[in-house]
Amino acid sequence: MPREKMQIMVCGGTNCSGTHGDSVIDNLKLEIEANALENDIRVLRTGCFGLCNLGPIVKIMPGETIYTKVTPDDAKEIVSEHIMKGRKVERLLYRDPSSKKPETTESELSSHKKQLRIVLRNCGIIDPENIEDAIAHDGYQALSKVLTEMQPLDVIKVIKDSGQRGRGGAGFPTGLKWEIAYKNMADQKYVVCNADEGDPGAFMDRSVLEGDPHSVLEAMAICGYSIGASEGLIYVRAEYPLAVHRLKIAIGQAREYGLLGKNILGTEFNFDISLRYGAGAFVCGEETALIHSMEGLRGEPTIKPPFPAESGYLGKPTNVNNVETFAGIPAIILKGAKWYSSIGTEKSKGTKVFALAGKINNVGLIEVPMGITLREIIYEIGGGIRHGKKFKAVQTGGPSGGCLTEKHLDIPIDFDNLIAAGSMMGSGGMIVMDEDNCMVSVAKYFLGFTVEESCGKCAPCRIGNKRLHELLGQISEGKAKPEDLERLRNMSQVIKDTALCGLGQTSPNPVLSTLDNFMDEYVAHVHDQKCPAGECKSLMRYIINKDNCIGCTACARACPVNAISGERKEVHFIDQSICIKCGTCKEKCKFDAIFIE
Amino acid sequence: MKMIKSPEELKKLKAEATERLYGKEKIRVRVHMGTSGLASGAKEIYDFIRLELEKRNIDADVIGTGDLGYSFAEPTIEVKRPGGNPVVFGNVDKLKADEIIEKYIKSGEYVDGILPVNYRSIN
Repeated sequence: MPREKMQIMVCGGTNCSGTHGDSVIDNLKLEIEANALENDIRVLRTGCFGLCNLGPIVKIMPGETIYTKVTPDDAKEIVSEHIMKGRKVERLLYRDPSSKKPETTESELSSHKKQLRIVLRNCGIIDPENIEDAIAHDGYQALSKVLTEMQPLDVIKVIKDSGQRGRGGAGFPTGLKWEIAYKNMADQKYVVCNADEGDPGAFMDRSVLEGDPHSVLEAMAICGYSIGASEGLIYVRAEYPLAVHRLKIAIGQAREYGLLGKNILGTEFNFDISLRYGAGAFVCGEETALIHSMEGLRGEPTIKPPFPAESGYLGKPTNVNNVETFAGIPAIILKGAKWYSSIGTEKSKGTKVFALAGKINNVGLIEVPMGITLREIIYEIGGGIRHGKKFKAVQTGGPSGGCLTEKHLDIPIDFDNLIAAGSMMGSGGMIVMDEDNCMVSVAKYFLGFTVEESCGKCAPCRIGNKRLHELLGQISEGKAKPEDLERLRNMSQVIKDTALCGLGQTSPNPVLSTLDNFMDEYVAHVHDQKCPAGECKSLMRYIINKDNCIGCTACARACPVNAISGERKEVHFIDQSICIKCGTCKEKCKFDAIFIE
Repeated sequence: MKMIKSPEELKKLKAEATERLYGKEKIRVRVHMGTSGLASGAKEIYDFIRLELEKRNIDADVIGTGDLGYSFAEPTIEVKRPGGNPVVFGNVDKLKADEIIEKYIKSGEYVDGILPVNYRSIN
């Protein structure tokens, strides 16, 4: 194999190229050409290194040397010293502030990376359809440790001490939940994995099940041992066919290897897991509704207490945890409570997986320690807002959450801070909105979702949300009265206070949080019949500018509803009562005579 | 039946599996095939890479995994050359896959589309 050629990688992440990474690339290329090295040295622009604080980043291969805070002027020295003479440019190396020791490779610099993968440790790494690949990556070692070295209460103590809180949304301490299920005596108990992920824009659980199903199975067995259950059930939505397929394979292989079934690892412990399919109803993510659905009943919630830990599946004590909660358990057992609780904030420990979606450059899954700020997530990891637009808000917690705005960008994200800011952690979906998103439409979208998903059992949710949705519709059409804004708020409050379950109690949150943060937009819709973001079609008016129109008739001929009239070579006119705001006329006009008001 | 009957047997299997899957220094390609990957055509890339490596007489392990999380650049693949660190490439179509085989896999020459590891992992 030929000797490795020298190559230069320059970070093309939004932060680096924004600072002056692009000119660094240009200057490096110029220097290389000036020294007639263009056939030997390549300059490549890569994705983000995740070292945004130290950018722009330049990495030289082979040797993996990383230069930090490189300016365009440094290009000359990098080429003349490192490339031509093989001497590192010392002043561009990162030095640890305390030890002053230079850190030159990616692994040495990794502590500067904002993302930390605990739950996603194996996703994209192991072959999910090969249990031996999972075992090679510490799979089932935690179960082995628990079964041979620990008593159930020891395990519960570790989970309690770790401070892990449920990742499904509410953030209830996992260890406490297990302890309650442990204390409730019964001949049979159940462990349930809630894989009924249903928030718009959220796909954390799906990715874990598809990428690392064995971690979830292992954690369920650990839970079973701790609370005294021999049966586990995974409630997964049938809309996740690949996750179901890989779970089936994983369960089959785990049974074949004796890691599920009777006398696991030669101990007295028996545990097996089966799948239950959900039909995709959002409310079934609520644990009582989920249990009813598994029992073959309608997926409707019931009042708690009794909590599932007392009387759950088939009336037996049942512990329900979310996929992400389970996937973190083996790591906590192997690395210890102290390690886990050293990550995160005072009351929210560990890491959280978020699904970034919407108007953001790097759409995808990220895992970050609790306490990171929204600014770091959006502008560093997420690469900023698409097309250089202005950030407006981010919806967290899905339809049950609220929006966070500019003023929330620097709050450390954890369960309690998000609630204090008028939103919630939820399961981890983050939908980013830019200046072109109308917040009334956003609230209407989420309300439309809850109206569809309401099970209809209680009146506040069934009727109240429908009325809220109608009111929002009137506002977005400019047909609302000023007093409607107060009605909107009152009705939201009543639904919040009186609905039966979590779905209804949280469904008005998008309305309340947009009212709190974007009252001016609501006022503009109601008082001025205007949509500041230009998204509400009913409030847009296409108008012909008399000075520019030459009467070419192009717009009138293109209009699909014949809303434009006017003689040839005379100024044309759009009849607003007929216009459907499709925008075709504006596209066809060659004289910029049509504008939107 | 490979029943594991004790913690010792599990440890033994771990060592054996690690040796079998990762012991030999050879080219290893991971194609990220979760739902987002597959929706952007990862299966086609997986088949293409397997077939082409065989045609071009390159000994390599090609495996399908779940998604890595870089949804914005799917399909993504990871290539590890003997002795080197794994490198992830994004937006891989057949043309890009061909370039990766010819340049990176054959001679270690990097091509555009590299996505550096932007996270730490406990692994």
